[in-house]
Amino acid sequence: MTLTLALSSIAVLPVVSLLAIFGGRSLATTRIVYGTSLAVSLALLALATTHLLGTGPSLSTMLPLGLPWLGAHFRIDALGAFFLVVVDLGAAAASLFALGYGSHEQAPQRVLPFYPLFLAGMNLVVLADDAFTFLISWEFMSLTSWALVIAHHRAGDNLHAGYVYLVMATFGTLALLLTFGLLAGPDGGYGFAQMRAEPPSPGLAAMVLILTLVGAGSKAGLVPLHVWLPLAHPAAPSHVSALMSGVMTKVAVYGFVRIVLDLLGPPAWWWSVVVLALAGITCVMGVLYALMQHDLKRLLAYHTVENIGIIFIGLGLALAFKAYGMTAAAALALTAGLLHAFNHSIFKSLLFFGSGAVLTATGERDMEHLGGLIHRMPQTAFVFLVGCAAISALPPLNGFVSEWLTFQAILLSPALPSWGLKFLVPAVGALLAMSAALAAACFVKAFGVTFLGRARTLAAERAQETDSISRAAMIVLAALCLIAGVVPGLFIDALAPVVEGLAGERMPVQRGVEWLSIVPIAESRSSYNGLLVFVFMVLSGSLAAFAIHRLASDQLRRAPPWDCGYPDPSPRTQYTAGSFAQPIRRVFGTMVFAASERTDMPPPGDQRPARLVVVVRDLIWEGVYAPVAAGVWTLSERLNRLQFLTIRQYLSLVFCALITLLLVLAIWP
Amino acid sequence: MAVMLDLAVQGAQMIVVLLLAPLLTGIGRKVRARLLRRRGPPLIQPYRDLIRLLRKEVVLAENASWLFRVIPYLVFAATWVAAALVPTFQSGLLFSWSADLIAIIALLGSARFFLALAGLDVGTSFGGIGSSREVMIASLAEPAMLMVVFTLALIAGSTQLSTVAAFMTSSDVGLRVSLGLALFALIMVAIAENARIPVDNPATHLELTMVHEAMVLEYSGRHLALIELASQLKLLLYVSLIGCVFVPWGMAPAGAGAQALAIGLAAYLGKLALGAFLLALFETAIAKMRVFRVPEFLGAALMLGLLATLLLFVSRSL
Repeated sequence: MTLTLALSSIAVLPVVSLLAIFGGRSLATTRIVYGTSLAVSLALLALATTHLLGTGPSLSTMLPLGLPWLGAHFRIDALGAFFLVVVDLGAAAASLFALGYGSHEQAPQRVLPFYPLFLAGMNLVVLADDAFTFLISWEFMSLTSWALVIAHHRAGDNLHAGYVYLVMATFGTLALLLTFGLLAGPDGGYGFAQMRAEPPSPGLAAMVLILTLVGAGSKAGLVPLHVWLPLAHPAAPSHVSALMSGVMTKVAVYGFVRIVLDLLGPPAWWWSVVVLALAGITCVMGVLYALMQHDLKRLLAYHTVENIGIIFIGLGLALAFKAYGMTAAAALALTAGLLHAFNHSIFKSLLFFGSGAVLTATGERDMEHLGGLIHRMPQTAFVFLVGCAAISALPPLNGFVSEWLTFQAILLSPALPSWGLKFLVPAVGALLAMSAALAAACFVKAFGVTFLGRARTLAAERAQETDSISRAAMIVLAALCLIAGVVPGLFIDALAPVVEGLAGERMPVQRGVEWLSIVPIAESRSSYNGLLVFVFMVLSGSLAAFAIHRLASDQLRRAPPWDCGYPDPSPRTQYTAGSFAQPIRRVFGTMVFAASERTDMPPPGDQRPARLVVVVRDLIWEGVYAPVAAGVWTLSERLNRLQFLTIRQYLSLVFCALITLLLVLAIWP
Repeated sequence: MAVMLDLAVQGAQMIVVLLLAPLLTGIGRKVRARLLRRRGPPLIQPYRDLIRLLRKEVVLAENASWLFRVIPYLVFAATWVAAALVPTFQSGLLFSWSADLIAIIALLGSARFFLALAGLDVGTSFGGIGSSREVMIASLAEPAMLMVVFTLALIAGSTQLSTVAAFMTSSDVGLRVSLGLALFALIMVAIAENARIPVDNPATHLELTMVHEAMVLEYSGRHLALIELASQLKLLLYVSLIGCVFVPWGMAPAGAGAQALAIGLAAYLGKLALGAFLLALFETAIAKMRVFRVPEFLGAALMLGLLATLLLFVSRSL
């Protein structure tokens, strides 16, 4: 029943899309499209939540769609229900935000028809129960999001972003196609149930793992497959950016979890080495890239890469523990990864909404042209600050809980017998700790340069607070950040059926623990109580405020800034995004980005000003993608000659090809 | 009744750390002055300073936002809660399980996050320089600190400070290389986190050498008092932490009687005085380093911590 209802709700979305095509560019169409999307997402959210909390049996159904002898299989189990919650929570928030934000859209007809289809695609991936339906939905999701990325194709570098995205998405789908081919085996069992029943041999399973890492990892943004992400995510309209960064990357995580932890059978220990090494590098590289940006939306997109790294650290640890039969530890690591996926979908959506609000108010994405927005947009500033604190893993908000659980999982890993993991896991722990600290630096920069200080341009000075519907969407998400941080036990318990299905065991029940704290293993070992930390902070803060306002002076005088006696009236003397990141660039950048600074001093007598030239290179792009692109270009130049042959040459070419094929057939055993 | 008593002890700990924090700074300054053959301010000078600051009016920059006025309270609250969660004279307090060592570090991280934002709020170049350097230092100090936490947690099998302290007093510890490395790393991190020489100079207002002071340059009056008190609390927290983990002797166990509590308190005061003395001795013996030497200093701490953790990971199976 749940599944039928879910599928019929999803079926509404294409109808809305048709309506959008014929509805014209009136405001009413925008309202109808986003309103219906909101209603559908909320319905799906309710269905998925009841299924997840009710821990009902997994339901499956078959629709006579797609290939005639195969049909389309759909199934909702605990894992699917959890990711359906993630998808539809993000979708509902984005639709609500877009009810306000969408009215500022210049070209609504480029966005509206694709938006419901994109939602439908993401939902269908999570519900698909055979390879064919999964791949079709996956590609559908990719293509609709691509259309949304190039919605504003004339602006900036968006066409280039769309091109890179299309190439990478096709490449990823190709890898997934091969994955399912290997999983299905020669008999062609394309249903997930058949794959689960007959796991492949260890050699094939290794290939499946690598291909899944390429296919799902490129969509999620694992380094070095992340290059499309910081180009494509910011190019889309902001509510779509939020969906792509907050939700679509989670659909990719779902793909990885479904294939590797569910379909692929018992893991080998070295799988986790590959996953953990990639995840650790992804973490630190993602946040270092983010720190170098001065485009607010691109900074957020790069930061998604970091969080994907954190999620994959949890998943990699779960694989390691599962390989050695340590199911309790695997349950903890998996819970940490999945909870971080959920948390990230909330605060990343919130932050992208905030950047959208800033974009509407000022027309600027470049932080160097912003500043002082806290005075003009106080409410947006507040919710953006909550998002920044949550993503920087500050207690008592939700980001801290999942990182804390990941650290607890790392602390269980000395019991792992393999030497490779013994050396790798502490290093990954150090990388995770470093990325957490750098994330805080990154969001001090993002919030500080955008919202604090003095306005750097006229546009920032004249900004107006965004509309109330957009604010409502952001406030809802900010509240969720606090709730998930203060009572994390409820969310961990909700994840229990998912974890139990994949790891074979669940984390201890948290609901009955005193004072709502969370205890991963035993209270003498570690525990954390977000609620008490929050209450203590509020109490001691208000106690201090009360004492000071009763006992101390409450006089206040406004005066010009002190600034050690040398205040400069020009806002250009403030710290900018670039100068804020300069110390970190000098510490880490020389190695990671081959960053160099050079003072371009004119010779005596020359009138031009001296300049500081900073070069930051993207070594992954230069080292991997540029050579491949150059190779493809050279090859196609060579092959281009084949277009201009005479008829005789073509005939001999065909003849030669035929002979070769026959020879191959003859020699083939 | 027992709960009431536990609550009373927990409350007493909160008050004790708050009251002792300025004294610790006072002792440090006094010792430092004597070592430099100055007479130095009286021990209670930090209290007087705080009271004086509280009485003064706040001079707020014209374009300071609401956040700028809220941040002192946030920073103070986060630091106070963190300091009250570290066992001082008694371990196993009523609420000590509400946050383990990782959460305490993260609470200090929250305080730093907001303080760095305060540095950017008015839009002056000094605030910016302080904030950007502070986050650079934190980006190395925090992972080093977490590596120390990992080492302790792996040795004691827990991230709960009370359990760690109990384990350290037991005879199972023995001499371990990892513990020595972790102690060094922890001291280096503590010096950096508290903006002491050689990383930063708390006494300076000499423009380009300052980090912490540059961030709080625009604060005055009661706001400045709160921030000063918070940084004094932070120093106390780190001294208590080192005392609790590496010299846990004398600390009263959970549910101890009045005599044990008195011994615990006396031992704690002794540890604080010793900590302040050693810090002052170290600070007079060393010169401040350039800002871009700090990453090397902290990188060494990070490597020590990582080495300590790795040793434990590897030695587990031997």
